[in-house]
Amino acid sequence: MKNLWLFFIRYNAFFWFLLFFTVAVILAIRNNSFQRSSFVSSSNVIVGSFYDRLNSWKSYLDLSKTNEDLARENALLRQRLQKYILRDTVDSIPLADSIDESRYEFIVAEVVNNSIHQKSNYLTLSKGTKAGIEKGMGVITSNGVVGIVLHVSPNFSTVRSLLHPDSRVSVTLDSTEAFGSLVWGNNIDPKLAMLRDIPNHIKAEKGQVIRTSGFSLFPKGIKVGEVAETGIASGESFLDIRVRLSTNFYNLHHVYVVKDNLEEEKQMLEAEREDNG
Amino acid sequence: MFYNIIRFIALITMQVVLFKNIGYYNLATFFPYILIILLLPLGTSNFFVYVLAFATGLAIDAFYDSMGIHTAACIALAWFRIVFIRITLEMDVRQSSDSPSWGDLGSKWYISYVFFGTLIHHLTLFVIEVFSFQNFLMTSLSILLSSLSTFAIILLISLLFYKRKSRLGI
Repeated sequence: MKNLWLFFIRYNAFFWFLLFFTVAVILAIRNNSFQRSSFVSSSNVIVGSFYDRLNSWKSYLDLSKTNEDLARENALLRQRLQKYILRDTVDSIPLADSIDESRYEFIVAEVVNNSIHQKSNYLTLSKGTKAGIEKGMGVITSNGVVGIVLHVSPNFSTVRSLLHPDSRVSVTLDSTEAFGSLVWGNNIDPKLAMLRDIPNHIKAEKGQVIRTSGFSLFPKGIKVGEVAETGIASGESFLDIRVRLSTNFYNLHHVYVVKDNLEEEKQMLEAEREDNG
Repeated sequence: MFYNIIRFIALITMQVVLFKNIGYYNLATFFPYILIILLLPLGTSNFFVYVLAFATGLAIDAFYDSMGIHTAACIALAWFRIVFIRITLEMDVRQSSDSPSWGDLGSKWYISYVFFGTLIHHLTLFVIEVFSFQNFLMTSLSILLSSLSTFAIILLISLLFYKRKSRLGI
């Protein structure tokens, strides 16, 4: 017994190493599954408010760029509005589809933390459950898709960026109706992504616009990017297309969280189908 | 003691505010926060080194949203530190309450200490992050480039605080 004890003391560095390392690896593995404990992440209060304060400094640096973006979006919206105002209501009876109209709500949130240099990138937003954000909602900006909400706390939420190996967005190639999924995969450049699962017989051209398909969390028709390179041989019956993303991940400041009011209904219906086999 | 607390706070802040935003894609990233563990006083007990390494890793993980990955890498670094110091230093030096410093222990010792420490840390970090041998070339490239960049930054920081002590007491 005494010898055993001496043995442990003599090699204590190694045994402590084993113990601590196992704990750390267990933490890391549990993190890989979607339902990790969200306690030690940037949606907790201390870390979140630290990033919040840091961001209030940093946002001054990009103020003019942000203003410009907002002004451009304003102009675009105004232009669309004009179309409705000028429409002659005498010869057309508006038949608004009430389902589409109230389906999506947009919650504006500020990005307080963003990473692009990691293999798995995340963002932190300055709004949480108090503003109506829930787990699994989509996040977009005025010019593209950003990611999916991963955790929420009362005042903050973390978002799994599109620049994450597990992120997938259902998209269509403009003017072809063919749909595939957009992944970042093992790409290293935050400006590029890959479009997978587009059948071989579809002709993709450089510069063709890629939009969301509306099958997943995002509303239909949001521009995601453009075809940058086609004809990458993957040896299968699908095309691999390199996409230049329209979202500028280098400076994200304001994003919209998409709230799909019919999401629950849709999921319930789809779950039923799976139950039936 | 006081310096260690200041160093802990300063390096974590710098890592999160500054170095998190610098990098060449994700091929070369900077993690100079490992100086916190490398520069703990030589006489720190093994258990305490591990506890501090765990705390440091957890703090960084919270800001990087990478639960456990930096913690594991820091624990590996702590083990390296303990073994390296036990092998290379004399008993009386090992029990001093000073931080390992360039000036005291010489360039050869300090540079190899930092270099291999950085390498061990980054190796563990990237291997656990990828968690597979897919794309092994890419992973090893980022381990190499990141280690070199962290190593360079650490040497730069060490040079800023370089203090040559005379060993003859003049």
